[in-house]
Amino acid sequence: MKICVLVKEVPDAAVEKRMDEGTKRLDRSGETTLNQFDTHAIEAAMQIREGGAVEVDEIVAVTMAPSEAGRTLNKAVALGADRSVHLTDDSLAGSDVAATGYALAKVLEAESPDLVLLGQQSADGECYTIGAVVADHLKMPSLTQVIKLDVEGGKLRCERQAEYGYDTVEVELPAVISVGDAINEPRYPSLKAIMGAKKKPRDTKSAGDVGIEADRVGEQGSRTEVIAINPPPQKEAGEIIEDEDTNETVEKVVAWLEERKLLA
Amino acid sequence: MSILVYALHYEGEFNKNSLGAVSEGAKLAKELGGEAAAVVVGGDDLTDELCATLGNYGVSKVYRAKAPEGLAQPVVDVMAKVIQDEGFKYALFGGGLLGFEIGAGLTARLGAGVTMEVTAVKAQEGKLVAERPILQDSAIVDVGYVSEPGIIIGRLNAFDIAEGGDGSAEVVDVDVQLEDHSTKAVMVQRGEQRGADVNIEDADILVAGGRGLGKAEGFELCESLAEALGGAVAATRAVVDAGWYPYAAQIGQTGKTVAPKLYLAAGISGAIQHKVGMQGSENIVAINKDPNAPIFEFSDLGIVGDLNKILPKLTEAVKAKKG
Repeated sequence: MKICVLVKEVPDAAVEKRMDEGTKRLDRSGETTLNQFDTHAIEAAMQIREGGAVEVDEIVAVTMAPSEAGRTLNKAVALGADRSVHLTDDSLAGSDVAATGYALAKVLEAESPDLVLLGQQSADGECYTIGAVVADHLKMPSLTQVIKLDVEGGKLRCERQAEYGYDTVEVELPAVISVGDAINEPRYPSLKAIMGAKKKPRDTKSAGDVGIEADRVGEQGSRTEVIAINPPPQKEAGEIIEDEDTNETVEKVVAWLEERKLLA
Repeated sequence: MSILVYALHYEGEFNKNSLGAVSEGAKLAKELGGEAAAVVVGGDDLTDELCATLGNYGVSKVYRAKAPEGLAQPVVDVMAKVIQDEGFKYALFGGGLLGFEIGAGLTARLGAGVTMEVTAVKAQEGKLVAERPILQDSAIVDVGYVSEPGIIIGRLNAFDIAEGGDGSAEVVDVDVQLEDHSTKAVMVQRGEQRGADVNIEDADILVAGGRGLGKAEGFELCESLAEALGGAVAATRAVVDAGWYPYAAQIGQTGKTVAPKLYLAAGISGAIQHKVGMQGSENIVAINKDPNAPIFEFSDLGIVGDLNKILPKLTEAVKAKKG
């Protein structure tokens, strides 16, 4: 079995995220890192490999990113991927969800995996949708927000929480599965894995290498446009108590509740 | 026709968020000078009578297709056909998991633009513009569509239910050949309730616990405080998925929506998926050791500290005060 894990480079948590007023895109300057939601997808791939129900020949981390993406892909490889593929091309800048999903599907098509895994969302885009977009392009069955994933008799048995409780769904391979963060606790990479990551193969692909049609990506291939960026409605800031003396804190909280007649 | 709205149902009843989306679609279609229709996909419980009731929410027509329920891809096949055959300009979804998946699938199938987590939609110069909060709700972008159709996926509870339609919608059966890949996921069990059946929707006071409780036993602290306050205990998705607390007590995206007089959140970071289920609460109190937790952005009283120290003392103090 060959597993491709889609990973995304996102602004480091310490970097304040903001929109660029000129381009109306996310300002991507500053330190970047691997989207933490994707670490659960890599861990899920590792657990399938280690679970023994199916032989996993290869785990490949795949990303589309404008920069060098070195830190992100090294981290993905240190967490368990055998090699990585980096799709990068100036023509991809400004791609929306639809265009990004199409471009990623073209890279995956070239890899022809049995299973595509990804995280439930990106820390910056918060879209939750890329897996389902990719799956439709690849004509593969797909589920998102999966929190339990087992390989049984060449099929996947998936559990997830949906609108009315927990669903159990059997999915034939090849398939695209986005995993929820409750699926596992990603391991910490060993020092050896971190040191070895830089030596693992990395392919850099351009849009042309994987047959991406130029008019379907980038700004011109995007079907949405940001018309305006506005501040959210102002909400009066709440009161904040730093707990130093807990007795005092509790006294203040009780008084606050009493004032609002919540202890009646 | 201008707007096609997906209406999710389960065991013979339409989903509240879907009814909100149907109402919103009908209102927007009127502003565009067109009409809205709904689409339903499922089995025999989608009776003529049930489907026709969507007319109460303003749609004139309901497209009905027989296909497996609870999975997105069969619905993508149905909606793609209806949108193409009837020339719909927009597809609209209420909040929830399936809406995201169906909307995303349609995006790929139809080469359409998509906006998700939409909190409001406005008609401007004959077109729809979606308002979408981004970057942890720190900004709102207005998103327009440069081609048709445009896909709009609402945030949970974004659209209000409005009755006032003509009462009965025409039901049109649609025959759709499902794509191969749409038949390769099969529902084995749907809607399993994990954990005890608890009622949190009628409580005036809720004490909610999240991952910050550290372990399942941490909920005992919440239960003691809830008892002292005369309220009930709620939970986040993370701890329900972890098996610490029953699904019936879950707030947010795939759980309950509540608006009690007091919502006390202990060890909850305040992710958007949680926020959408409780932001209508009258008073929000949050206890979290991380001063940067997003929940402090929308709480009325925030306490930065260790809940293991604060909750027991608060419980004692409330007991003493209430006598």
